[in-house]
Amino acid sequence: MTAWAGYIELILEGAVVTIKLTLMGSVLALVVAFIAGLGRLSRFFAVRALATAYIEFFRGTSIFVQLFWVYFVLPLFGITLTPLQAGVLGLGLNVGAYAAEVVRGAVQSIGKEQYEACTALNLGRWQGMRHVILPQAFLVMLPTFGNNAIELLKATSIVSLISLADLTFQAQVVRSQTGNTMVPFTTILVIYFALAMLITWGIRRLERRLSRGLDGVRA
Amino acid sequence: MEWDWDFVWQIMPTLIEGVKITILATVLGSALAAVVGLAIALLRRSENKAVARSVGFAAEFIRGTPLLVQLYFIFYVLPDVGILLPPMVAGTIGLGLHYGTYAAEVYRAGIDNVPRGQWEAAKACNLSARQTWTHVILPQAIPPMIPALANYFIAMFKETPLLSAITVLELMNQAKSVANTYYRYVEPMTLVGAFFLVISLCSVVLLRWLERRYGRVER
Repeated sequence: MTAWAGYIELILEGAVVTIKLTLMGSVLALVVAFIAGLGRLSRFFAVRALATAYIEFFRGTSIFVQLFWVYFVLPLFGITLTPLQAGVLGLGLNVGAYAAEVVRGAVQSIGKEQYEACTALNLGRWQGMRHVILPQAFLVMLPTFGNNAIELLKATSIVSLISLADLTFQAQVVRSQTGNTMVPFTTILVIYFALAMLITWGIRRLERRLSRGLDGVRA
Repeated sequence: MEWDWDFVWQIMPTLIEGVKITILATVLGSALAAVVGLAIALLRRSENKAVARSVGFAAEFIRGTPLLVQLYFIFYVLPDVGILLPPMVAGTIGLGLHYGTYAAEVYRAGIDNVPRGQWEAAKACNLSARQTWTHVILPQAIPPMIPALANYFIAMFKETPLLSAITVLELMNQAKSVANTYYRYVEPMTLVGAFFLVISLCSVVLLRWLERRYGRVER
């Protein structure tokens, strides 16, 4: 029985890596999503084209292929990343592309009268975006961002294939050392599900908090 | 690292073999997902609360956990209980089940969108439950959901590289074995990306056509 304690420790270490990856990937994805999503709405053609190319490229190819490319091909161009950096970069850029479309859709869903009100108040483009449009659009984005975060959590399992010791990787280690398949895989499935539930719950709380006092504003 | 066209042509036939398996897996997975999705959607509406709840939870669980771990589960755990599946079959079942839970949400929305009057009319015509579904509800519910379903099938296509982790010889696996044989990663990995991008972009054109053909008229 003492052996099991060691294996549980392995799995928990994996869980920490998975959580770390999810958090760091989400932050990168969020930043990228706002840059690319607002870039698609830019006045300048070059910015729009660049943002569209990024989004279409990362949505069009598989996350698995992107991770492998970052990990195996970039070093040949002189950019060597640790597995963790490669994982965060791949996951963040991939999910960021999906989330960028969410940002664009949400900003476009804000009524025209809000933009007119910005003009009437003599707010600059950036000021209007920052103080009027984005606070309202953010609420529209939140539920979909939650789904994107869960997709990101699920995608972290793929980094086990570029030798990062996350949950899935540790489960494989336990499998190869004990020959038991049922216990490690069931355990990590439950952990992944619990983490997904945690994200759903967190987003719902955040949504409730942010929508406080907006009842009259939202149609 | 130089890009070598001769090498590209040399490995092309192997990669094409992989593409065939990738497409086959996508098609089989899609067919299974369409059936599983419908089954889940119907069971969740079951009169029997216990059935509806447990199917709902199972679907939620599958959607909240990574496909890669589910594939490992099917491939490594099921043999322990006496079910030994060839890699391709295990992969198809994994893809079909995972995306079936997503398809179920699409079916649910489609079924909910059929106006109440149709149900009442079916009852007024003295149709049995089975007749109501096959002759009234489903024929109206399915066409509007085709674009959304196709969207998920394209997403599934981009997840097929995961099958390489359970030794299916699809595109990614072929590319990896080529890369490991010749110690050249740039060409195989980039070509895999290019294949995915090209097929995805083509399928986006198909999707636009489906949307025009079946999509809802409003907006």
